[in-house]
Amino acid sequence: MAETIKLTVARYRPEEQSEPTFQSYDVPYNKDWVLLDALNHVKNEIDGSLTFRWSCRMGVCGSCGMMVNGVPKLTCAVPLTDYRPSEPVRIEPLQFFPVIRDLVVDITSFLGKLSSVKPWIIRDDVEATEVAEYRQSPAELDDYKQFSMCINCMLCYSACPVVGLESEFAGPAAIALAQRYNLDSRDAGAEERQDVLNEHEGMWGCTFVGECTKVCPKNVDPAGAIQLYKMATAQDWMKSMLLPWGAK
Amino acid sequence: MTPFLWFLFGGGGMVSALLLPVHVLLFGLAFPLGWFEAPSYESLHGLVTHPVTRLYLFVLIFLPLFHAAHRFLYTVCDLLQVHGSRRTPIAVVCYGAALLGTAVAAYTLLTIA
Repeated sequence: MAETIKLTVARYRPEEQSEPTFQSYDVPYNKDWVLLDALNHVKNEIDGSLTFRWSCRMGVCGSCGMMVNGVPKLTCAVPLTDYRPSEPVRIEPLQFFPVIRDLVVDITSFLGKLSSVKPWIIRDDVEATEVAEYRQSPAELDDYKQFSMCINCMLCYSACPVVGLESEFAGPAAIALAQRYNLDSRDAGAEERQDVLNEHEGMWGCTFVGECTKVCPKNVDPAGAIQLYKMATAQDWMKSMLLPWGAK
Repeated sequence: MTPFLWFLFGGGGMVSALLLPVHVLLFGLAFPLGWFEAPSYESLHGLVTHPVTRLYLFVLIFLPLFHAAHRFLYTVCDLLQVHGSRRTPIAVVCYGAALLGTAVAAYTLLTIA
């Protein structure tokens, strides 16, 4: 018989149970599979009631984030061979989010935090130049490109201890996204965003643990973005103190 | 106020990481264990009474104090789950202690004859 690996998967069916439980499934230890393939095998062949989100299978959509042995992972990007078949793999929903069902979490608060930082290009002349081009040099693109790679997979929120402690904290992805627009040469909305993020629940809640950057599947470096943002804000504050008559 | 305290925290982090270990290594290990010949009291005293050295020692002491205060505040608040305005008394104690240490350091450094 072909080699198998045991998946220990968190189950939560609110109409049947008040607390989450674990259920084990033996799946083939297929060396060509990623973890998501193993979960889809469970769904298709063993237990059709297992519920989880996924879509693209290629690390673009950001839907299939889960806790794997306690670490936030994009399950489509984790080869099954990263785990030994002798030990069960524990799969749970992303931590610090309310669970809707099995591995599906409620992302309402996350979406609210994302939109609160106004993640779009803000400028005064937008109507007048609707048909015009906003030219940008490669160097100007490089300033923010890394921070624009975020796929909103929320792994950084599950990795961040501050998110776990303070539910109001804006969180890594939202602050990095704000920084993505602040650093865009076409944007003039930095001040509006600072009104939202120059708060304890904004950037100052971050204690630079750095786990967000460690788990990010797209190398966005949210922790770096937040520190850059703190530095820029602190410099603005210094300027406003030392040169109170200067233009804001 | 937060950006200012964060500047002190960041600056203190730099000093704590780059300069303090040198002093600990020299005065805590190298001189007592005889790895290097310790400077004489007279030469050190002469060094410390120079205005530039006084300023240097002041920065060396006061910035890490604020770094420690900030870090201690966040650690305590995270451990005890203190949020919002209930943090204020802890912040006053932490930054107050750093301020007191700064005052003592300034007084001591100014009054070394």
